[in-house]
Amino acid sequence: MRVGVFICHCGNNIAGTVDVARVAAEMRKLPGVVYATNYMYTCSEPGQEEIKQAIKKENLDRIVVAACSPRMHENTFRKTIEKAGLNRYFLEMANIREHISWIGEDKELNTAKAIDAVKMAVAKVMKNKPLYSSSFKVNKRVMVIGGGVAGMQAALDCADGGLDVVLVEKSPSIGGMMARLDKTFPTIDCSICILGPKMVDVAQHEKIKLHAYSEIDEIKGYVGNYQVKVRKKATYVDWTKCTGCGACMEKCPTRNAYDNFNFGVAPTRAINIPFPQAIPKKAKIDPAFCRQFTKGKCGVCAKICPTGAINYEMQDEIVTEDVGAIIVATGYGLFDLDKFPEYGAGRYPDVITGIQYERILNASGPTSGHILRPSDQTEPKTIVFVSCAGSRDKSLGVPYCSNFCCMYIAKQAILTKDHVPDSQSYVFYMDIRSPGKGYDEFTRRAQEDYGVKYIRGRVSRIYPKGKKMVVRGADTLLGTQVEVEADLVVLATAVVSAPGAAGMAEKLHISYDTFGFYVESHPKLRPVETNTSGVFLAGACQGPKDIPASVGQGSAAASKVQALFSKDMLESDPAIAQVNTNACVGCLKCVRTCPFQAIKEEELRNGKKVAKVIETVCAGCGVCTSTCPCGAIQLQHFTDNQLLAEVNAICQG
Amino acid sequence: MYKVYFQTYEMDTINLSEKTNWEFIEQVQKESGENLSLCYQCGNCTAGCPYTNYFDYPVSMVMRLLQTGQKDTILNSKAIWLCATCETCTTRCPCEIDVAHVMDTLRIIARRENKVSEKDIKMFYDAFLDSVKRFGRIYEVGTLLTYNIRSGHFMADADLGPKVLTKGKIRFFPTKIKGSDKVAQIFERFRTKAKKHG
Amino acid sequence: MAEKEYAYFSGCSLEGTAKEYDTSFRLVMKTLGVTLTEPEDWSCCGSTPAHTVDHVFAAALAARNLAIVEKMNIGTLTTPCPSCLMAFKKAHLGMTEDEAFKDQVNELLDEPYEGGVISKSSLQIIYEDVGLEKIAEKVTHALPDLKVAAYYGCIMNRPPDVAQFDDPENPVAMDRVISALGVEVRDYAFKTECCGAAFGVPKRAMVNELTYKVLSMAVDAGANCIAVACPLCQQNLDLRQEQVNRAMGASFNIPVLYFTQIMGLAYGYSPKELDMDKLVVSAGPLIKTRIPIAEYRAMKEAEAAAAKKTPKAREAKEAAKTEES
Repeated sequence: MRVGVFICHCGNNIAGTVDVARVAAEMRKLPGVVYATNYMYTCSEPGQEEIKQAIKKENLDRIVVAACSPRMHENTFRKTIEKAGLNRYFLEMANIREHISWIGEDKELNTAKAIDAVKMAVAKVMKNKPLYSSSFKVNKRVMVIGGGVAGMQAALDCADGGLDVVLVEKSPSIGGMMARLDKTFPTIDCSICILGPKMVDVAQHEKIKLHAYSEIDEIKGYVGNYQVKVRKKATYVDWTKCTGCGACMEKCPTRNAYDNFNFGVAPTRAINIPFPQAIPKKAKIDPAFCRQFTKGKCGVCAKICPTGAINYEMQDEIVTEDVGAIIVATGYGLFDLDKFPEYGAGRYPDVITGIQYERILNASGPTSGHILRPSDQTEPKTIVFVSCAGSRDKSLGVPYCSNFCCMYIAKQAILTKDHVPDSQSYVFYMDIRSPGKGYDEFTRRAQEDYGVKYIRGRVSRIYPKGKKMVVRGADTLLGTQVEVEADLVVLATAVVSAPGAAGMAEKLHISYDTFGFYVESHPKLRPVETNTSGVFLAGACQGPKDIPASVGQGSAAASKVQALFSKDMLESDPAIAQVNTNACVGCLKCVRTCPFQAIKEEELRNGKKVAKVIETVCAGCGVCTSTCPCGAIQLQHFTDNQLLAEVNAICQG
Repeated sequence: MYKVYFQTYEMDTINLSEKTNWEFIEQVQKESGENLSLCYQCGNCTAGCPYTNYFDYPVSMVMRLLQTGQKDTILNSKAIWLCATCETCTTRCPCEIDVAHVMDTLRIIARRENKVSEKDIKMFYDAFLDSVKRFGRIYEVGTLLTYNIRSGHFMADADLGPKVLTKGKIRFFPTKIKGSDKVAQIFERFRTKAKKHG
Repeated sequence: MAEKEYAYFSGCSLEGTAKEYDTSFRLVMKTLGVTLTEPEDWSCCGSTPAHTVDHVFAAALAARNLAIVEKMNIGTLTTPCPSCLMAFKKAHLGMTEDEAFKDQVNELLDEPYEGGVISKSSLQIIYEDVGLEKIAEKVTHALPDLKVAAYYGCIMNRPPDVAQFDDPENPVAMDRVISALGVEVRDYAFKTECCGAAFGVPKRAMVNELTYKVLSMAVDAGANCIAVACPLCQQNLDLRQEQVNRAMGASFNIPVLYFTQIMGLAYGYSPKELDMDKLVVSAGPLIKTRIPIAEYRAMKEAEAAAAKKTPKAREAKEAAKTEES
């Protein structure tokens, strides 16, 4: 065996705190190592060329590169040695940058540690076996989870590119948060007027199949071949018959159902269509409020429905969709008022959230677009907006900025002045964050042209005094406490991850941060990819985002899917588990512990029952290998022998 | 009813390279156990402070003066003595700074350095502590009288006298607890220790 | 049910200006079957003044008492005074979370404190340990004329990490205790706004202004008396009410009772026993209408029956009303 070792300086990143020449010299002393050198940038073209030349000249058959994390350049060097005629699994990388040079300052200690690390890699590479990937077919159908603006954009872009799309939406209509907004910043164009056409496109597109009012139950499979169980929740209305005429809603005697679409600004009926532009425009019953369900009798809607669509016996239905890739666009959630005891914790009707105010401003909202405050339906003249209600507040567990509140507050203040010309708006803010194109000009316009008073300081307390709400805050620029007697207070409540975001991430096998936002593959260079192949992100499920950013990500995710589906066959990673049927005793512990359901029972010709790994499903996580009591199941490229060789290299050295 | 601080507020240009007292910042951080850099000047403490109308520097400004190491201005301020430790600032601080504890620490440092701008309040506290030292407990009449004599406000709360007298709310003689010498010893030990540590 | 026992730290104020708090608390505890044992030879907690001297010194004055209680093997100390409570809780937290601090404090003490005492306010033990059911069970009298605004003051519930009781912004314990007695409670927003604390003597104008705000909010909420749980709050709101009237041009005449006095009244103790005469603004007219609970219930039933007899008339009246509107 002839091992070549290449130690990278990575400029000063490694060479600054590791004596790379000494590491190379030490390696030359090892049995089996016939060549060892150090180079400024091994990943550069000349660096790779050097490896290729050395393989030829020295007749090397195993290569070790000591450089950065294999997450960065393992693929680079695998291709390099492949081009020089070696099997790509005859490469081993020692991470002497992230694991050593970046974390320690003592050059002596670092060098010693680097020597150990490279020794381990040498020991392992000598045990490496050639592995070959197999290829499998790709199902060129994509699922988009979430029918907000990001999901819709992704679905439309995929469908326009000729892909079959399955769009799954949790609520009864697509449209998401954007469908609830009145106008959009900084152009003040009507939100539903620009979103509506997209919604109609989705509905009419031949390539898009929509499951509304549906949730994801289970996801199985792997890139190119996912099987997704979709739960179509019972609406108690046969949507094939429902024409969306709305007669049922008009006659429904239950008038106090919670209106999810309007965020509870006003009650709705127990059977309802969320909003006039809803897609699909179909009715559904809310059994928590419907008298037929709570009291066992009523039946008004069933009597009234001209098409006989009402079915109180309806059950949830499970459908399985086979797809090759998944775009996750599940959006965001918002803090509730009860998080703010100092602002009344939701006890004061005239302290509302920003999204509730959107519904009050909106012509299709409960007040038909007239600004009326909830307590007495009068027109407020003094309106106070409180930004950062929960955002940038460590004590509430939201240390981050919610991204778009500064902008929508400016927009709402401008609209307020348009609706009620003799009104005065105040905005309490800590910093105005308006870095988008035309954004800062917009917040300036609110102040310069619309006379909105911006007060730099936080609000400490809101309490009622007669018919007014006293907002007590600070003006830190004046250096004093200030009070405004308001008719209506709007809190820009913090953006949080969507309810159930963590559970969805578990189903998808993708990572999420401490706040429940999904983690992209790389914060700069792979913004819509996840660490699970074939699963992509779009919109605010990854972090608070405004409309243009969400739409951009929707398109980006769609283009990633197009690229993935441009091949008919995909190559599988051969670094997966393999069962030695001679050693397997058929206890099948591995079957129970496999998180991917990649192992099944198999009967051999001699009648012996053993475990069998489904190659395409196995993700190579290694849980089974540590579970197996007799060492019969081995993860290729990480076998017990290979790992023990590494351990021996440092313990015996 | 509006206060005076706009007059005292005027400050000269502060040469931060010369006039930042870094040791003072360190000292306050160490003695209070609070990281002053956490404060991002949102003003919530000022917004909730019931006493801010009486302060020469609102509490968020005290925090800012601390961040910039303006030792003399802070220790000579009235604000640190007018704070009643009502804990509103601590309760509502989004950065989880125990602001009231920082104010407490500033009073302690000011007392130690003999820079007390609100003599009346300090005298009242001292009269209180004298009572504790002598009797082990507070003797309300004695405390008030001691304060009145020392402060020169001879008639402070004299209007309340008849009320409390007729209501039988006042004891004319202090109760001295058996262990009052033990309490006095706490004072003594503290004094000796403080002297020793300079 | 085993009888509850607490080490009872009354605090200096309850020996003087807040004597009626002590008297009423002891009586109420007797009714509720709670034993109070006074620690022998307790001393002042140090309160706010000690905290302007030194953290260790302040903790030592409080911890001397905690050490005494620790020896009593009762485990829980209760004090009616929020200022004492805060001094104990802060000393305890400081000493249990930081070993070095504990050593420094104990250096100043004769008997060391090892951190084995839990301190709770009297309101907390009544609300949490005795419980609303038991509180309601012992009621003998109704107080139909009382409309109470419960005032908690600034440090009963704050900061939340230290107080570990009720809500720091909208506390409800006292409201619920008083409601459990069958007494009407008025909700208002200034339950925790500071009254001016100990600044009554050196900074009277400041206290008058703050007290004025609290009194106004209570009166605006329709309350005709205020319940308090703090001797200093009581002093500022009651004793200084006339000062406030003079300074602010107001005409408040609203009684400020300790919540334990209201409990005592509902439990049948006489105003004299509860030291009601020590209140500067008399609650006399409000409690004159106190009647035994059985009589009160009979009266209410009779009223309800009378109302039932004429349902048609009432319906007609209501119909007329809706037509009008």
